[in-house]
Amino acid sequence: MTEIRFTIDGREGRATAGQTIVEAAKANGVYIPVLCHYEGLKPVGSCRVCTVRVGGKYMAACTQPIAEGMAVENTAPDLEDMRRALIEMLFVEGNHMCPTCEKSGNCELQALAYRYRIMAPRFPYLFPVRELDASSPKIMLERNRCIQCLRCVRAIRAKDGRGVFAARDRTGRVTIDADRNLAARLTDEEARRAMDVCPVGAILRKEVGFAVPIGRRKFDRKPIGSDVEEGPAR
Amino acid sequence: MSKPVIATASLAGCFGCHMSLLDIDDRILQLVELVALDKSPVDDIKRFTRPVDIGLIEGGCCNSENVHVLRSFRENCRTLVSVGECATMGGLPALRNGIPLKECLDEAYMNSPTVAPEDRLIPNDEELPIILDKVYPCHEIVKIDAFLPGCPPSADLIWEAVTALIQGRPLDLPYNLVKYD
Repeated sequence: MTEIRFTIDGREGRATAGQTIVEAAKANGVYIPVLCHYEGLKPVGSCRVCTVRVGGKYMAACTQPIAEGMAVENTAPDLEDMRRALIEMLFVEGNHMCPTCEKSGNCELQALAYRYRIMAPRFPYLFPVRELDASSPKIMLERNRCIQCLRCVRAIRAKDGRGVFAARDRTGRVTIDADRNLAARLTDEEARRAMDVCPVGAILRKEVGFAVPIGRRKFDRKPIGSDVEEGPAR
Repeated sequence: MSKPVIATASLAGCFGCHMSLLDIDDRILQLVELVALDKSPVDDIKRFTRPVDIGLIEGGCCNSENVHVLRSFRENCRTLVSVGECATMGGLPALRNGIPLKECLDEAYMNSPTVAPEDRLIPNDEELPIILDKVYPCHEIVKIDAFLPGCPPSADLIWEAVTALIQGRPLDLPYNLVKYD
């Protein structure tokens, strides 16, 4: 395997050919925030929260392969502020009522907002009208919280490979739909995976929730990305 | 030097944030030593009697009276703080924001099963504040200087923030206390 040398915020790192910038950074104990990306899925670079700067050019670190000699800027103040703005936009363009959400404490959007110390968004709330779909026996589709990351579309497939979830109205305001027949056949395990894959509280399992007390949830004590930063020995 | 002055208000909120403030337990004795309380539902002072250092606002704005109170707080308080989810993003009352106002009023005053047919009337007295088209977060009405998230914000978070503001320390709120729920 070819070894690649690069720097991230001036710090030297080593990567292997074929790794994305996010993967290369992670291997060197550096966290680049991601939201639409989920480990094991093909990255699509749709949310742009992972945007880094290389040679003055902005790129999605989850899709861009690392290359020899790259000087990656990750925590420049303007980059961090742009990421913060993206997260704020996601909050105002949906209806994210954290106090009423089962995903609270385990939500990646909320966790990023905590990491970036967002106390209130700089943009006005839009309060869009979105429809909830509770027609499936195992899951609910709570579109008020959907951020259209397409993680469920990519990850959750029936045995014959057909997608259980799909994006509708891709030219307008994208909404996520579940195939009624396929969603009706989801097993408990598949429903659990669908809820886990969703970074927010848009896919929820029915008849469970609020099982873990406040204080013991995923992001209650440590910011998202801490595992990468504390990472395995370099 | 006289004590810093605090004022509080509950707009479109549930008083849960005020309850959380009282939840500081015996630190409330320290608070009494540290600050003087002006206009607040806690002491029932109705009008500002002096310039206020810190104004704590619970709840968002759902009617004209909320807006009026919020603006008077802005005029009278040096530092104005949004306390809790409702003040910051509308919270539970903002669930009505996707529903046309007429439908909300009809549901409550005309079609509700607990309204007797002869009582069907949408209140419209000039003494009553006018209800707004939707519930607004406080910072979309006036400038807000600091935000304490949470539903409610924990007593520890409120204590940390209030003591920091009194002492002129920067609001460096600990990670584990900052929660949106």
